[in-house]
Amino acid sequence: MIPLSWYLVLAAAIFCVGLYGALARRNAVAILMGIELMLNAVNINLIAFWRYLNPGSMGGQVFAIIVFAVAASEAAVGLALIISIYRRRSTVAADELNLLKW
Amino acid sequence: MPAMTVVQIIFVVTAIITFLAAIMVVASPNLIHSALWLVLTLGGVAVVFLLLEAAFLAVVQVAIYIGAIAILVIFAVMLTRQVSTGLASQVNRTWWLAAPAAVILFAGLILLFSQVAGFQGLAEPLVKEPGTLVVDLGRALVDAQGYVLPFEVASVLLLAAMIGAIVIALPPAPVVEEKST
Amino acid sequence: MTTELWIALLPLPPLVVFFAILLGAHRNNRLSHRLAVGAMGISWALAMAVFVRAVGVADLAHAPFAASFNWLPTGAGWLRMGVLVDPLSALALFFVAWTCLGIFIYSIGYHNFGQPRDPHDQPGLPPHHGGVEPMYARFFAFISLFAAAMLALVVSDNLLLLFIGWEIMGLCSYLLIGFWYGKPSAREAMVKAFLTTRIGDVFMLLGIVALYSATGTLNFREILANEQVLAALAAAPSGVLGLSLAGLIGLLLFFGTVGKSAQWPLHVWLPDAMEGPTPVSAMIHAATMVSAGVYLVLRFFPLITAGWHEGAALTPTMTVVAAIGAFTALFAATIAVAQNDIKRVLAYSTISQLGYMIAAAGIGAYVAAAFHLFTHAFFKALLFLGSGSVIHGMEAGEAATSKGDHAAGGHAIDPQNMFSMGGLRKRMPVTFWTFLIGGFALSGFPLLTAGFWSKDEILADAFGHGHMLVFGALAAAALLTAFYTMRQISLTFLGSPRTPAAEHAHEPAWSMRIPLIGLAVFAIAAGWIGIPEHFPALGGIIPNWVHGFLGASLAEGGAELAFSATPLLVSVAAALGGLTLGWWVYRRVAAGSPDPLERALGPVHRILKNKYYFDEFYQDVFVRPAYWLAETVVAGWIDRGIIDGTLHAIGGLSLRVGAFLRKWFDLLVINAIGDQVGNLVKWGGSVLRFVQTGRVQQYLVVGLVFVGLVFTGLLLLRP
Repeated sequence: MIPLSWYLVLAAAIFCVGLYGALARRNAVAILMGIELMLNAVNINLIAFWRYLNPGSMGGQVFAIIVFAVAASEAAVGLALIISIYRRRSTVAADELNLLKW
Repeated sequence: MPAMTVVQIIFVVTAIITFLAAIMVVASPNLIHSALWLVLTLGGVAVVFLLLEAAFLAVVQVAIYIGAIAILVIFAVMLTRQVSTGLASQVNRTWWLAAPAAVILFAGLILLFSQVAGFQGLAEPLVKEPGTLVVDLGRALVDAQGYVLPFEVASVLLLAAMIGAIVIALPPAPVVEEKST
Repeated sequence: MTTELWIALLPLPPLVVFFAILLGAHRNNRLSHRLAVGAMGISWALAMAVFVRAVGVADLAHAPFAASFNWLPTGAGWLRMGVLVDPLSALALFFVAWTCLGIFIYSIGYHNFGQPRDPHDQPGLPPHHGGVEPMYARFFAFISLFAAAMLALVVSDNLLLLFIGWEIMGLCSYLLIGFWYGKPSAREAMVKAFLTTRIGDVFMLLGIVALYSATGTLNFREILANEQVLAALAAAPSGVLGLSLAGLIGLLLFFGTVGKSAQWPLHVWLPDAMEGPTPVSAMIHAATMVSAGVYLVLRFFPLITAGWHEGAALTPTMTVVAAIGAFTALFAATIAVAQNDIKRVLAYSTISQLGYMIAAAGIGAYVAAAFHLFTHAFFKALLFLGSGSVIHGMEAGEAATSKGDHAAGGHAIDPQNMFSMGGLRKRMPVTFWTFLIGGFALSGFPLLTAGFWSKDEILADAFGHGHMLVFGALAAAALLTAFYTMRQISLTFLGSPRTPAAEHAHEPAWSMRIPLIGLAVFAIAAGWIGIPEHFPALGGIIPNWVHGFLGASLAEGGAELAFSATPLLVSVAAALGGLTLGWWVYRRVAAGSPDPLERALGPVHRILKNKYYFDEFYQDVFVRPAYWLAETVVAGWIDRGIIDGTLHAIGGLSLRVGAFLRKWFDLLVINAIGDQVGNLVKWGGSVLRFVQTGRVQQYLVVGLVFVGLVFTGLLLLRP
């Protein structure tokens, strides 16, 4: 009933929104939230493709589960980093973290 | 326009809500609001999973993403709250590059996806019983000819991430004056 | 061992000794003179052996000892090098060997071997009396080389080897005349000798080249014993002054003799050559070098007389030869009467006697010329060695009377000036008697002396063939010769000593007296081998061996001339008359009084004493312009101005071009390129570094933009 294209468009849209958030937001936590959006869009894509193109194999779902694990670990580490930076430099604005500047 | 089925309507509504929530995540100046909109977005994605008959994954989405990651994000926001939030801009100087880039990327992705065979196709009905999907998934995760190896690797990854997060987030050495949290 | 091998070995021992002394033996005086005298002795022995064998051969003139080998390849053929001993060479070998050996032995005593070295002596200056010569070994090295060259010249069978010996002798005479190079007069004399003989040698070389190009060979037998070649050369015109080819070549070769044998006009070097030690004067001016010139003329007699036969008129070349010879004989004799230095008198006497020989060759008297060459070598060597003995005695006397003058290095009186001598007869008897014998031989004292027989033959030949001008000139020269010889003997030995040095003179060492005695024997006896057959009373007792031996070489066997009394009487009158006159004028010249001849001749005497001012003339006309040309034109204008100027200009131009390129191209363009590339990179870097803002999000955005561009490109490119 629902063509595959609808799911893919949705996934693409959420991905691009997440990308904008990762690239345009100043706060580091906000950037992380953008990244979470991107990962979720990827998951939607994966499951949609699993369902529509190859529902017999479990590979699609397993892939999505692995993506979950990766997203979780990445969020944990990223937030730990942000905490650490906040402790040392009293800021979490990404454009103030420019020690590698010329 | 031909009459839409119930499923289609549900999907459209969910999609719109999810999309708008996502936009609010990146557009909201208040970080707590952003986090809450994120929760809504993640919920919408869970519903989408349900529509795709990946029930287990929908539950996992709610439990892990909303229950763990989103909470973690909220903690982080609260722990790194700055006195003067709301006054400073929340987009950086080159956001005007990022926006068109995102739009162009969207167009490009759609173009790319349209090349996939079956882009306009509909889902074939599932052969199996819905309940057996979870069993099959569980079996696949521990099957030697299946996906046991990625499973184990993922668990190692989580272990490493956990240890790493703890180490990174440790407070600085006691010599340094402790900042008030 | 064959005779040819002995002949080839003849010149080698002295040559080897030259190198031996040069390379190490010079450190020891005794070793040097032993090597030199020993080598000369070996050559003497070989020469005597060859001579004995040569006179034993029946017809040596037509079957000489000859051997040669291919030496240089010349296109189609070979230049051959070899040895030849025919009658002329045999005679020359005899007198060269004896005189050279005598001179070598004499040199030992002359250079005071055995005496300690005087601490005031410097090498390059004559030693003070009684001190050994500091450059003793060097002297023996040079005279050894000299002897080797002369021997090589005499035994050579081709003109090239003769010329090589000729030139080496020129070198040795240069080295030996300037042996005492510390004296400026010696330095000038050595250069004068070399250059003057060189002038003659240039013409000789032209003659050699002309001969080679005309005949294709330089071998004596092939040219001079070959009737057809001589006839062809005599007939072919040379295009120069209307002479035939034979005449031109003969004339050119003769000019070499003019230089080497000091004939007018190239006579000026020989008197100055007296600067060398006396043995050198004896060697050069009696035994070897000047004889080589006459030897050349005699060797090429067939060429010079090509087209002439006995009794005919003289060819142009012969006329030139006879004229120069006769003129020189008289010319030099007139100068000799006004000279006061004992060696100078002998020098001019040598020039005069050589003129005799050349005049004889010029009128076609081959045998007479060769005979006179032979006898002259002995008595002239004797006279020179005797004069050396006199000089040594005078120096001894001077040293005895003026003590403490050594530091000055000079002499209070000139030990060579005859007007400081006198009365040496009693003090130096051996020297006196041998000198007297030599002097009589030179004057042509009848019957008893060798000079008489040879000189008489020349006069007889001149008179007999009707060359009256030559006869008259030679007769006058004979009179003058006898006069100045007696003048010399009287001033030196007779009367009473005119200075204290002469009073205290004494005989020199025995090594100096023995050669004198030996040569005196030859001065008497050497003439008896050539007594003419038709001579009254004495002719025929001893056969005229010289005529038979040498005459066989002539194309026409040459019968002896019919005897004529006139030349004999003239010659006897000239000899005895001159001797008597000289004795009478000079027997009692007191100390300090002037030369009686000065008063008699007046202004003429001054001209004679100054040698007709020929030296001054040559100096002004040739030497000074040559120096000017060399110093001013060539060295100054051409060398410094043009050549150096060109080089400086090129150098300056290069420098300027280089500076220009440096300033306008190197600095501005090339350096600029290098600098600007660097600046560009620096600028590029300074601009590009702003990309690194340190903001991760910007990096991501830029990366995303580029990825998008790439994807778009790929999509568009996909067909």
